[in-house]
Amino acid sequence: MTTLLEIEDVSLLYGRIKALHGISLTVDEGEIVALIGANGAGKSTTMRAVSGIRPIASGKIRFNGEDITKLRADLRVRRGLCQAPEGRGIFPGMTVLENLDMGAYTRRDRAGVAKDLTRVLELFPRLAERRKQVGGTLSGGEQQMLAVGRALMSRPRLLLLDEPSMGLAPMLIQQIFSIITEINEQGTTILLVEQNAQQALARAHRAYVLETGRIVKSGTGRELLHDPAVKEAYLGVV
Amino acid sequence: MTSVREWIASGRHAVSDRWHDAPRWMRWSVIAAVIVFFYALPNREFYQWLGPIPTTGSNFGQVLFTVSIYVLLAVGLNIVVGFAGLLDLGYFGFFAVGAYTVAVLTSPSSDLKTLWPWLLALPVALGLTMISGVMLGTPTLRLRGDYLAIVTLGFAEMIRVAATASDFLKGQRGFNQIPHPPGTHADGTPVFGVLDPRPYYWLVLTLIILVVIGVRNLNRSRVGRAWISIREDEDAAQLMGVPTFKFKLWAFASGAFIGGLAGALFAGKQNFVSSQNLELLNSIIILSAVILGGSGNIVGAIVGGGLVAYLIERFRGIEVLGIELYEYRFMFFGLVLVVMMIFRPQGLIPNRRRAAELKDRRKEVMVGG
Repeated sequence: MTTLLEIEDVSLLYGRIKALHGISLTVDEGEIVALIGANGAGKSTTMRAVSGIRPIASGKIRFNGEDITKLRADLRVRRGLCQAPEGRGIFPGMTVLENLDMGAYTRRDRAGVAKDLTRVLELFPRLAERRKQVGGTLSGGEQQMLAVGRALMSRPRLLLLDEPSMGLAPMLIQQIFSIITEINEQGTTILLVEQNAQQALARAHRAYVLETGRIVKSGTGRELLHDPAVKEAYLGVV
Repeated sequence: MTSVREWIASGRHAVSDRWHDAPRWMRWSVIAAVIVFFYALPNREFYQWLGPIPTTGSNFGQVLFTVSIYVLLAVGLNIVVGFAGLLDLGYFGFFAVGAYTVAVLTSPSSDLKTLWPWLLALPVALGLTMISGVMLGTPTLRLRGDYLAIVTLGFAEMIRVAATASDFLKGQRGFNQIPHPPGTHADGTPVFGVLDPRPYYWLVLTLIILVVIGVRNLNRSRVGRAWISIREDEDAAQLMGVPTFKFKLWAFASGAFIGGLAGALFAGKQNFVSSQNLELLNSIIILSAVILGGSGNIVGAIVGGGLVAYLIERFRGIEVLGIELYEYRFMFFGLVLVVMMIFRPQGLIPNRRRAAELKDRRKEVMVGG
């Protein structure tokens, strides 16, 4: 298996506050890797560093063997790295179809885009029903699905998912996680940030635990799911 | 209050739906009729039938010229504020760059003594305004939020102060004898003279039509989609692979270009440019016009720019209870804006997306997310 994403000793500052203290992690081709941790542990910040909308203070990020540390965010998308932002990261004034179309902004192969659109609408039948509806009027769950679907439209090699289950009803959470597994089985590598550790660890091949900007633990999803310390801190079981 | 709001909103939807459902030929004939109307408007034979519409306090043709310049400026600022969502508080600065470039290159009172014809100075003026837009945008558009607003505000003030204080730019004495645009009638008299403002109005009107066609095409292209995505969510746009900085700079430079065009036209008509033409208030008037008309909508910008400039002139020479209304024009103007913000924050003729975005933002404020 080849390493797709490699983060090496990355630190990131918000003003004077250090949000990440030298994080290192790797994602191999074909994997689902989860990043779990409490609020403010630096999960979303790590995502921003990888997608490039936040510059890092030190360290290296390599994607597919290429050093992308200083590469602009929009060029990273062209390399095959696409993030579905958390929560309300959709375009509220555009319809569902226009949102999905924005996902394919960097692509020129019309036939391929049309095929991916069919695929996304199959994955998310709710989006198909609401294709003409304006994004801002969708429910939270539908917006979340739209964000994931839109990211898929860029046909990424690595899909970054930032809290895809945030604020969703339990049934929807189940649904979105099975879709994530399905996307992965169709060949997309996934880096997933989650507060819902139970689901994330059950689905992920490997996972990292983040605490106050440092990685404190790593292992396979199953290992961490049964790790007593992780259980106590993140799974709510004593 | 809610019911009033709903009533207004439903009225608009009925009109806009009917417009979108109307057959193509019908829409084109309405557009053609509107264009013909505005070409005919400055002729006395035509406007004498229009009751209270022509201004009483000043020459109607002159008023129409002023109004058309404001419309052009509103269309230009709409690209920056409406499409790309960048708050530019010093848009009039670009107008100044355009007007002063023409003045410096053509006027006999200029130290350069180049005495170029107007038409030769025009492309230089447009180029310089675009360059000034890029120079101003390059450092500031990398930042987000209020920085741009403050820097643009400063830019317009800097130009005003420079024009007032520097010997080269002649301060309040200004530049005179700026040449008019070229062209002669069959009998040898110039088309663009001193007495008749109508040809200038027709020139600006024609340019507005061309600019609107260009802007509309731009807005419907990939560039337009990129602008909308930046306005709606800049992070998300970047995450979708949109080079946001490049497109913001594009919007800024295109807006500057149109502002410079308006300035060059103004200088060619007015014959005279001085620092007294450069009040901060002008930037604010144009911005209010765009917001009043409906930010993000070209027709809205045209209506807003036209309405604001026209109403200000319409007040001239009218006395109520011994009070000259013109003196209080900005008070009425402020009042109208406050009322608009309460009942119709999306503007008179809003953009469909813009309305949805505003609603979304309100929701966001409510849930605190």
